[in-house]
Amino acid sequence: MAVTRMFGAAIKRREDPRLITGKGAYTDDVILPGMTHMYILRSPHGHALIKRLDTSRARQMPGVLAVLTAQDLEGKLAGMPCAWLIPNADLKLPPYPALAKNKVRYVGDGVAAVVAETAAQARDAAAAIEVEYEPLPAVVNQEKAIEPGAPQLHDEAPNNIAFTFKLNGGDYEAAAREADVVVKQRFVNQRLIPSAMEPRGAVAQWNPGTEELTLWVTSQNPHVERLLISLTLGIPETKIRVISRDVGGGFGSKIPYYMGEALAILASRELGRPVKWMESRSENFQATTHGRDHIQDVEMAAKRDGTITGIKVKAYANMGAYLSTAAPGVPTWLFTLMVTGPYDIKNMSAEVIGVFTNTTPTDAYRGAGRPEATYLLERMVDLVARELNMDPAEIRRKNFIPADKFPYTTAEGLLYDSGNYEGTLNKALQLVGYDQLRQQQKAQTGTKRLGIGLSTYVEVCGLAPSQAAGAMGFQGGLWESATVRVHPTGKVTVLTGSSPHGQGEETTFAQIVNSELGIPVEDIEVVHGDTAAIPFGMGTYGSRSTAVGGTALVFACRKVRDKAARIAAHLLEVSPDDIEFQDGKFTVKGAPDRGKTIQEVALSSYLAWSMPEGVTPGLEESHFHDPTNNTFPFGCHICVVEVDTETGEVKLQRYVAVDDVGTLINPMIVEGQIHGGLAQGIGQALFEHGVYDDNGQLLSGTLADYAVPRADMFPRFELGNQVTPSPSNPMGVKGVGETGTIASTPAVINAVVDALSSFGIKHIDMPATPERVWQAIQAASTGR
Amino acid sequence: MAKVQVTVNGQTREGDVEPRTLLVHFIRDTLGLTGTHVGCDTSSCGACTVLLDGKAVKSCTVLAVQANGSEITTIEGLAQGGQLHPLQEGFWEKHGLQCGFCTPGMIMTAVDLLKHNPSPTEQEIRAGIEGVLCRCTGYQNIVAAIQYAAEKMAQQSGQMAGAGSR
Repeated sequence: MAVTRMFGAAIKRREDPRLITGKGAYTDDVILPGMTHMYILRSPHGHALIKRLDTSRARQMPGVLAVLTAQDLEGKLAGMPCAWLIPNADLKLPPYPALAKNKVRYVGDGVAAVVAETAAQARDAAAAIEVEYEPLPAVVNQEKAIEPGAPQLHDEAPNNIAFTFKLNGGDYEAAAREADVVVKQRFVNQRLIPSAMEPRGAVAQWNPGTEELTLWVTSQNPHVERLLISLTLGIPETKIRVISRDVGGGFGSKIPYYMGEALAILASRELGRPVKWMESRSENFQATTHGRDHIQDVEMAAKRDGTITGIKVKAYANMGAYLSTAAPGVPTWLFTLMVTGPYDIKNMSAEVIGVFTNTTPTDAYRGAGRPEATYLLERMVDLVARELNMDPAEIRRKNFIPADKFPYTTAEGLLYDSGNYEGTLNKALQLVGYDQLRQQQKAQTGTKRLGIGLSTYVEVCGLAPSQAAGAMGFQGGLWESATVRVHPTGKVTVLTGSSPHGQGEETTFAQIVNSELGIPVEDIEVVHGDTAAIPFGMGTYGSRSTAVGGTALVFACRKVRDKAARIAAHLLEVSPDDIEFQDGKFTVKGAPDRGKTIQEVALSSYLAWSMPEGVTPGLEESHFHDPTNNTFPFGCHICVVEVDTETGEVKLQRYVAVDDVGTLINPMIVEGQIHGGLAQGIGQALFEHGVYDDNGQLLSGTLADYAVPRADMFPRFELGNQVTPSPSNPMGVKGVGETGTIASTPAVINAVVDALSSFGIKHIDMPATPERVWQAIQAASTGR
Repeated sequence: MAKVQVTVNGQTREGDVEPRTLLVHFIRDTLGLTGTHVGCDTSSCGACTVLLDGKAVKSCTVLAVQANGSEITTIEGLAQGGQLHPLQEGFWEKHGLQCGFCTPGMIMTAVDLLKHNPSPTEQEIRAGIEGVLCRCTGYQNIVAAIQYAAEKMAQQSGQMAGAGSR
């Protein structure tokens, strides 16, 4: 019987049975005999000198096994590393100690770690540590931090400047001189707190006999974690096993290597017992990386007919107190490479100043740099349209890179793979009923105002290739690995270097193997997140798992197929050229009844009683895939809001998203990814804001203060779809993980501003809370 | 230390705990039922929701000693006789989960919701689960999963009523 081909089918997820029955294995679920618990004492000050640190009373507390301070780390743990060393930017790399030596630089900076028999004892003992601080003036805003006389965080970084990065394409100044209009606007892309529902944590188990470390950790890239552990703690990679199996969301915040796991490892090595460290949610708010936090001054040059000729950006990026693992690359490369977006804009100029402040370090957060670019671009396009009295849809249509111009080299130097931007715009306009809505809008009176906001976007995804990574200063490759092991019974184990944490690759990768080898999905197990099993992996982020990891898997499958074909030909006593493969069966051309199933071939390959000359036993192949280019998903989102001009409340009435993410392997999973991204993007536009006071206190430090959106804050999202395959990989996939956060913020704010255009309001910064909207209306009404 | 005895998922279990121990830690650490998750420390996220005497509660908001003598159902006890509960089935069918961390709390909350309102509207579902945070799904498929379960449970009770009248 032919095996059903599952590629493209919305099959149910294979990871779900364990997760819906409470049998998942998240890091906090790891309970080992003799396990101890660690608690990290963190700075309550934004900026302070440590005058005295006395742990003697804590050491006497019940159950306490060890107390670690900066002194105890000397010679054992070099500081936390930064792995994205952007070139030509005067990048400063001040030391990032795992525990503060004599100065704390943000609320949440580590001061000491306590290990005890129980978590409660560790926490109690930490409270008994006596720390005498001398508070210093703090600075949390990046513009204030670079002013003369501002508090200085690091001796190594004068004026708190971490880097100055520039990217230019074409000649913006010439474009501005020749333009009919130049529109200027300042945007604040506020600080966000990723808030994966599972906080971060680790369980370190040191085996004193074999001197091997096993680490369970909430990571998006366990092999990278292993490498960084090895480099910072001096344990050979051969002696480290990192396991990140079930991970409760990441959104970028579980890419970095953190002090928590490093300290747990050290403690386990010293004590010879397993050490568990799980952060609380409050700790997560303070000590797990944040995202965004840009101040952007933007100019756009255009002709009177609506042709956009140039864009110029000067951005101040808040890096927090230290440079986290991938942090420097996020507001530089990942941001500036996308400022011309889907438009044929020949001239761009971008400058980004990275600034140290007394805040939690920032790093990648879903979209990472690209939402910041898309937001400013799509807001500017609307502002120019308004200046020229054009419809927002028309100005976009006029400036799109035409569908017949792909592959297209952008002013920034990227090579867009494929696109049909007008196609998604048209679909979205139709789906939302654009003309009708505009008519409705014209007819409206009263205090409830309808607003329609568009966002047409393109994103750079499938983060690769390694050569580009090297040129950008990323201290690693951006390829991915896959191993396909066909067992003697014909069942398949897939080992992937992608490290899903909710994206469903246990299912979609099985669908890929099913498609390539004709093996039933239920016979395929996808193993991820275990460095002992998987050769190597760069992990899951930047919408790269399917485009890079999935493609590696396709090539590994094809190697298996080629080898199996040779064995089948030998068994059938024909030339390999006379073999055909379909639906899991090798047959002789012209004699379809003569054949061997892939399962039969697998068994023969392990029996190896009769193998073709030069073919080795077994049926297992690996492939390390390094793409030649990125992928560029795109689409059009339209948001419809109703703004109550008396209260400032923004009611999200409709949200239409038409995304083109290339070929779909599992449409149900793709839709889920889009929904989730939308919720986070709309969350940024309307609700979420990481706020510090001037002393560096995190005011939005709990889930009661930071508005992770709830179910009743959203309408039902209306999705449309278009498929323009990517020529960069054999499946034609592009990537879908970040479309929602990249596209949605400008759609929402454009809608809010559109609703208030009659007040003369041109801009409202995110989040557009009722208070902000109301104040904007008041200011406009009173002429202030 | 205080002795706490509960009936959890139909079994009588007991343990000694410090009086300050939260029910969620008793369930996870003492009883070893790690399907119930801890997602925050302010009773905001709902990941730890269980049924306490049939009512959905955030088990981080209850002291273990307060639960003494009570009946508790956790996600591990929801499937009966190897048969998934209609809500578990709905979450699987409708892609109501991604990372799965909030899922046990979300499902237990929905059990309570459907008990009180067997055929909720979409808005009632959204309002009913607003105490549980999900960062992955955007909630849309969770709503669909609960709708699926409501329909399935209505069918089942219809069949049972039919069987009873025969």
